[in-house]
Amino acid sequence: MNFLYAAYAATWIIHILYLGSLVRRYSRLRNEIEELKRK
Amino acid sequence: MKRVFPLLGGLTAVLLSYALYQALVVAPTDQLQGDVYRIIYYHVPSAWTAFVLFFVNFVASIVYLIRRSAKADMIALVTAEVGVVFCTVVLVTGPIWARPVWGIWWTWDLRLTLTLVMWLIYVSYLMLRRFSSSGQTPVMAAVLAVFGALDMPLVYFSIWYFRTQHPSPVIGGGGSIDPVMLRVWMINWAAFLCFALMVCWSRYRLERLQREVEEMQALESMIEPRSAR
Repeated sequence: MNFLYAAYAATWIIHILYLGSLVRRYSRLRNEIEELKRK
Repeated sequence: MKRVFPLLGGLTAVLLSYALYQALVVAPTDQLQGDVYRIIYYHVPSAWTAFVLFFVNFVASIVYLIRRSAKADMIALVTAEVGVVFCTVVLVTGPIWARPVWGIWWTWDLRLTLTLVMWLIYVSYLMLRRFSSSGQTPVMAAVLAVFGALDMPLVYFSIWYFRTQHPSPVIGGGGSIDPVMLRVWMINWAAFLCFALMVCWSRYRLERLQREVEEMQALESMIEPRSAR
């Protein structure tokens, strides 16, 4: 059972890490857009 | 469009929860492997989703090479990136499943090695796109994607034509599977496909925004020297 839960947890950890990287990239872009607008 | 995205996102979350319930509770226990076989409901759908995404990447790359369409280029990039994420899931869940069933984490058999090679090909594709500053980068990446896609049928058919440690195909390979297991498997694949579609959609929007920002920055750098004079 431990291996089963480990596999399921690993799957969602990988997906969540990737989604987190997308959110970070999106907020960085938003900041860049704000900066460009201010100029 | 702004309302469709959260609605589809919510539906995907419900479908993924339902698929998880089906995989852990509804699907019968395997007589030989016990409950650990339930990894199949994440491992195999992730592999097939990665195949679908890499195939879309292949088609989009060909379209880009013919028409030089920016949209095709963005679709190719997005599907390669999300495909690598799903392929990573396959390469992580596979050894976790192999350890209790085969007694080893990894073996250099044809299916496993070719899957690792496929992952490396698409990681190198993403590295090329990330670190090359040449104007020809999208063309080089598209050519790499077209040749890289040749590994896909090798991965898929390796367990059909060669003796490997990896089991022979149960679905579509002449084997048999319990109808309930097959239904649960299909539900999980549908859920992961919807999830992949949502992630690709988000990544596509992000890529479009990034290219707009790059254009704005390029325009600004062209204007700034003139205004400084």
